[in-house]
Amino acid sequence: MPSDLAIRPHAGPAAARCRPPIAHALGQNAGLILAAVILLLCIAGFAAMFWLQQQRLPGNFEITSTVNNTMPLALAAVGQSIVVLTRGIDLSVGGVIDLTNALAAIWLTGSVLHMAGVSVLIVLIGAVAGLFNGLLVGLGRLQPIVVTLATLSIFQGLAIRVLPQPGGAVPPGYTDVLVNPNQPTALVFLVIAVAGWMALRRSRLGVGIFAIGNDESSAVALGVNAMRTKIAAYMIGGALYALAGLFLAANATAGDATTGDGYTLSSIVAVVLGGVNLFGGRGSAVGAICGAFITTMIVNILFFSHINPLYQSFYEGLFLVIAVVFGALIGRLVRGRR
Amino acid sequence: MTEAALRGMDASASPPDQATAVAAIKVSKSFGGVRALRTASFAARAGEVHALVGENGAGKSTLIKLLGGRLPPDSGTIERAGQPLRLAGPADAAAHGIGTVFQELTLLPWLTVAENLLIGREPRSGLGLIRRARLAPQAEAMLAGLGIHHIDPRALAADISLAERQIIEIVRVLIRQPRVLLLDEPTSSLVEREVEWLFARIRELAAQGSAVVFTSHRWKEIASIAGRITIFRNGAEVGTFTGIDEAEAITLMTGQHVATLYPARAPIPSGASPALELTDASVNGGARISLALAAGEILGVGGLAGQGHRELFLGLFGAPPLRHGSIRIGGKPARIASPADAIHASLGIALVPEDRKSEGLLLPLPVRDNLTLPILSHLSRLGVIRGAVERRMSREMIQRLGIRTPSAAQPVGALSGGNQQKVLVGRWLLAESRILLLYDVTRGVDIATKHEIYELMMRLAAEGKAILFYSSDTEELAQLCHRVLVLRDGRIAAELTPPALTAEAIVAAALHDADSDNAAIRGATGDDAARGAAGDNEARDAVHDEATRGAVGGNITARGADGGGTMRGAGGDSVAMRGARTRGTHAE
Repeated sequence: MPSDLAIRPHAGPAAARCRPPIAHALGQNAGLILAAVILLLCIAGFAAMFWLQQQRLPGNFEITSTVNNTMPLALAAVGQSIVVLTRGIDLSVGGVIDLTNALAAIWLTGSVLHMAGVSVLIVLIGAVAGLFNGLLVGLGRLQPIVVTLATLSIFQGLAIRVLPQPGGAVPPGYTDVLVNPNQPTALVFLVIAVAGWMALRRSRLGVGIFAIGNDESSAVALGVNAMRTKIAAYMIGGALYALAGLFLAANATAGDATTGDGYTLSSIVAVVLGGVNLFGGRGSAVGAICGAFITTMIVNILFFSHINPLYQSFYEGLFLVIAVVFGALIGRLVRGRR
Repeated sequence: MTEAALRGMDASASPPDQATAVAAIKVSKSFGGVRALRTASFAARAGEVHALVGENGAGKSTLIKLLGGRLPPDSGTIERAGQPLRLAGPADAAAHGIGTVFQELTLLPWLTVAENLLIGREPRSGLGLIRRARLAPQAEAMLAGLGIHHIDPRALAADISLAERQIIEIVRVLIRQPRVLLLDEPTSSLVEREVEWLFARIRELAAQGSAVVFTSHRWKEIASIAGRITIFRNGAEVGTFTGIDEAEAITLMTGQHVATLYPARAPIPSGASPALELTDASVNGGARISLALAAGEILGVGGLAGQGHRELFLGLFGAPPLRHGSIRIGGKPARIASPADAIHASLGIALVPEDRKSEGLLLPLPVRDNLTLPILSHLSRLGVIRGAVERRMSREMIQRLGIRTPSAAQPVGALSGGNQQKVLVGRWLLAESRILLLYDVTRGVDIATKHEIYELMMRLAAEGKAILFYSSDTEELAQLCHRVLVLRDGRIAAELTPPALTAEAIVAAALHDADSDNAAIRGATGDDAARGAAGDNEARDAVHDEATRGAVGGNITARGADGGGTMRGAGGDSVAMRGARTRGTHAE
């Protein structure tokens, strides 16, 4: 009786077998790498455009404002990517941002301690909004797209109720902590977000998120609690959207109950640009962050190209299509599959 | 021996044993209207290898799912070591020492082999976080410990072969050292060598006192490893036996005396017009092939896997069309650019694929809709389907083909594999296809259903249908076809007709150039110890992969001629295997 299976009796692509680890790492993170490359190209393009117009490279001010403007989308995209990885989708992003932004505008006053407490509370409210989604999707076994489309309207309605007119005043101190207008210190939060993602990736929950995104029934057979995992994913998403709402409030130093509406679609765009598979199970929140910055850079480039702002969404959409087609081609090339 | 006499041999009546490891007691389970298990009982003892045998749809897989915690029974109890259990899921079953390899693979495609192997038991740091860098080395060591060196733990599960996925699935269960190991058709995608590896592991585990339960359609495997055999029929056990032979088992499985597995070939009507002529087509790169298929003829296509069969069959169906060459249907030039062209009444070509789930049937839809799909336009008046006509036609087809379904409204997904296959054939009969392309249609189908499919093929040929037939079971090609073309490197390497048409001849023709490949495999392994013992294995594996899976893997091969009317297994070596062995010796 042989105790060894030393030979490879199967015909097939030998390339998949004896490849060095680095080749696997590259192939399996093609989406992320591609997103990073596109981001670098966008940054280079922006710098070139800037140079042509201003005869200098983008400086501290440009970097700071880019980072500060992108932070809300980057955070929302991280949340969206976690939900998408479970093979779900969250359309309530805009509603949660609206609601938390409105709450921030009216609650953020007084002492540092008070503001810190309010911030934590608002993030928790975001998580509760996510819990609501998660219960309907995980426990109620309803389709995520329907559930979150409905809750999007609910949260938008609540936001208008909280803050019927744009207003409120966020203290400058709060703004300085989150989105310092003079230095790109907000990058610290980005680093924290990435570190949090890496930890999630290495936790039981993270394994479960990827597992149910791959194949829910297999994951359940392997002992993953699909319901709990989904609920947790939507809750993390909600908390991150709430953080995005806080950053928006800090940036604008005021609140607006409709400010988040565009974030539902742009967070999905960022996730796609970041190489996260919309059918779940594949991708990285780091890619989604890249995707968010790509979106901002495109807007910047269009601005400096003096393109009529009315046509901006046309070009954004065009670029999205090109990026997705390009990404699909590269993906097929790298993995050598049909 | 009669069934009643066989029942007398029932070994479950032997003295009650103290060491029942796992048992199902009077369990029932229904899916929709179909009763998969009807108060069935089963028990496996610690330290034994117990085979579960039955036709497709007899309830074996359902029983394994109940024992493995994948499904809860509707009624009855599952016991582990005498204690009743209520299993919350496979993970719960694992906590009770029950490890299961289900028939449907559960690997997560976009995770690596290492992540899949170690899921739920990953190496963790002091902070409780998974040490991802340690996953691959740990998985590598685990695989090496079980004698597996050819699967890269860093590869994605989606990127390894089906057999490799099956092995990983088995390893994932084995590393938990289960006290009860349940294997549902673990060998269907494995080659001989891998089956031997699996059986060595099974014997080790049983020797350590674990109970091993497995299902297989290959009698040779069952005979070689199982101590006791429990036979299932129609959702309940017939009995538990020791030392029965294949013919007895089949009689018990089917409840009827099967005289011969392969029905006799009807002669091709003389002067039959060519139904399909293919000239100078390219299926696999450079070489050109031509073939002609007559009405009433069963033309076999054989050879190793990956030699262009798939391209040929799909090409004739226009999915995608063949490059180069010309096709004549019924003597007239035809252009097949898409399946719609092929199906069209003027050509009447039908493809019955091996993977009926993804390439043919709409599983959630009723049998009726699946049957009438291509002819809906004929069934409609002013765009509205004539329901009465549709119902009558589908009812007739269900009867004609003996499709076992409670009603025409049953979703196809609830039928057994063999019956799903019949629905596909029935669809094309309703569409009045004249040319049937049957691509490995008996794969994974049980012996009794195979027999039915063979008889159906003969009947269709006698009715004047032209049948192009590819099978990975060489014996099947040799026994059923009027003529067999052996493909190699996308060209026709040999054309065999009786009496030269034997499984041995097909294998020899398929293998002719394969010697150099064998040398390459041997060179790559450099495993001296294994070489002597495995000398013939290597040549065999090379053929074996797909091409002769059935014949070598111990599929039941029986011929009416040599058994004097009774079903007789080929027992030891089949002809095909000897042929391959001979070649292996040459290669040495």
